[in-house]
Amino acid sequence: MLAITLAAATVAFVVIGTLWPVKAAEFYLGRQHLIRSNGTPEAALQNLGDELKSASWTQAYDSLANKTSFTDTDFLHDLVGAYPNLRTYSKLERFEFHPLHQTDSDAEFLVKLHWATVVGDAVSTRKVHMVKGNNGWQVEWPLTKEPTLPPQVIPVNYLRWDVIYRGAGDEWGTADVDAPHVKIVDMHPVQRAEGMVIMGELLNEDVVPAYVSVTATVMNKNQKPIATEGSFDKISHLLLPKAITPFLIKFPEVKLSQVASVDMHPFSQLVPASADPVIEIQNEKLNPAPNASLTGEVVNQSGQIANIAHVLGTFYDQSGNLVWVADQYVDRALLPQTPVPFTIHIPEDLARKISSQRTVVSTYSIGGAA
Amino acid sequence: MRGTFTSLAVGLVLAAAPALGAQALTAPKTVEAGSPFSIESSGSGQATLYIVGMGGVVTRDVQLGSPISIPEGAVFNAGHYIAYLSTAPSDVASFDVVPAKVADISFLARPSRLPVGRRNGITGAVYLFDAYKNLATKSTPVNFDISTPNTAQEKRSAQTRNGAAWIALDSSPKEGAAHFVASAGGVSAVRVIQQVPGDPCAIKMSAKPDGKKIALETEPVRDCSGNAVPDGTIVTFTQNYHGAQSTVDVPLKRGVAKVEMPAIPGANITVASGVVLGNEIHWGK
Repeated sequence: MLAITLAAATVAFVVIGTLWPVKAAEFYLGRQHLIRSNGTPEAALQNLGDELKSASWTQAYDSLANKTSFTDTDFLHDLVGAYPNLRTYSKLERFEFHPLHQTDSDAEFLVKLHWATVVGDAVSTRKVHMVKGNNGWQVEWPLTKEPTLPPQVIPVNYLRWDVIYRGAGDEWGTADVDAPHVKIVDMHPVQRAEGMVIMGELLNEDVVPAYVSVTATVMNKNQKPIATEGSFDKISHLLLPKAITPFLIKFPEVKLSQVASVDMHPFSQLVPASADPVIEIQNEKLNPAPNASLTGEVVNQSGQIANIAHVLGTFYDQSGNLVWVADQYVDRALLPQTPVPFTIHIPEDLARKISSQRTVVSTYSIGGAA
Repeated sequence: MRGTFTSLAVGLVLAAAPALGAQALTAPKTVEAGSPFSIESSGSGQATLYIVGMGGVVTRDVQLGSPISIPEGAVFNAGHYIAYLSTAPSDVASFDVVPAKVADISFLARPSRLPVGRRNGITGAVYLFDAYKNLATKSTPVNFDISTPNTAQEKRSAQTRNGAAWIALDSSPKEGAAHFVASAGGVSAVRVIQQVPGDPCAIKMSAKPDGKKIALETEPVRDCSGNAVPDGTIVTFTQNYHGAQSTVDVPLKRGVAKVEMPAIPGANITVASGVVLGNEIHWGK
């Protein structure tokens, strides 16, 4: 009898919930955002955050106090970019804000937008001004207008390498083209709170481009393997002749004290590649702790738009020893001759040891070669 | 494995054929692969001849008492063979098929690409085969010639042992595609070895003002043998100023690397390629 009653009640609640869902449930299903009153700046900001999370761009634009200063397209381009980039394929995951100051009629907040991208969390920070109007509090969106390119023709005549491999019909004994010669020129294991880390630098000493990666196997004193890990994306995979990339391999389950030796395996493959685009890294600065970082700007010196840029920093101490390797993806497309800022965070405990750095950028162009 | 197969074939023949009297086969001691030959037979009447060896069995219906002709190309795999008659399976004649004259060369040249001036950097290994893909085990002289444009041809020779011969050669001091030829017994094979410039020997750049920028340009970048370092090689320009830094990785184009950087008084500019450092320029005050 009890079982029948429970089953009937469950069916009844499911039907009621489907036909007349509560607003909070609809929000969690992503159908619509939870509307709060704009009686406080926090509520207004939270409403804007919910609209951005559910990609309700028009509703978010309509809620802004300064929407007459720019178009909804400008607003959308500011959020996800006009040209395909890392943000194009992302979703706003978290919307954090911290008050900076507030009066009866206006307020200022520091807003952090956490975008979930294919390479992890991409955070953008904005200082947002808010005003109190007749309809409650409203956000004045600090629009960063994305530059647009004037129509033009940019001649590009950088090198491109193509490869002809041996064919299936070639006779036995016919040599194939060799893989590029690459060399690990620096390697340094360290113990960090999150586990053991092996970092180093890899040089393409050949005259042809190489697709590279590095794997490492750590072994105990009995020469038994403990773990094998790869550099994954903590490396610049495409190395042009004589180019050097840093790499970083994480062993989260391993302690340095367990390790007696390390077996490094650099991998290289001959791939077709282009020397274009050329990326300049300008105004690089090492910023000391607190919030130690390497900041700078990347500038695309070529005509081809680089949709995704990956900046890798190699940090050295005064004696030139490798101290740390860190990276950041630039979540904006690199337009020709348009500087885009980047910030690579440096662990606070290592920041005081660092006296110099070397930065490399790898780029990916949608619909073209890297 | 081959021995087991041969024994099995003999066993089968013995089991299948009744003994019919004194009949004998006389085969030549050695036969060149694929060439015609004959086996003498004694006795009379008809029988089936079995020739069992590497990779299969040849059968012929024969008239005993006369030579049995085996045509060209019937027996071509090198190795040890035995011959029987169905009427006298216990009377076994054996012979060896030896490789024919060299008709094909398999030439493994390594590497396909190497820097100039590398001692014993090029290796060539040759395997000689006859027209039936038998390894030509008879000791044979092999000539190796390597020639790079604008350099003298280098000739070497080696004698095969068990069908193989190999040599090691230095790469030329001049860059270019080397034609590496191996020849033996009237046949030859060619491989191309790309000899590429080594690391840059000295990188020298100059700077001149260009408005608010500095135009930086290297002299043609060469290795220590004077070969032009190939286009596409990355040259890194680094500008250090007031605690900040700018870096550009530029590929060589027509032998030189060019870049424009902001003109900042007091900046130090360096140039490098790979692990080779070039000169340094101090800009302005």
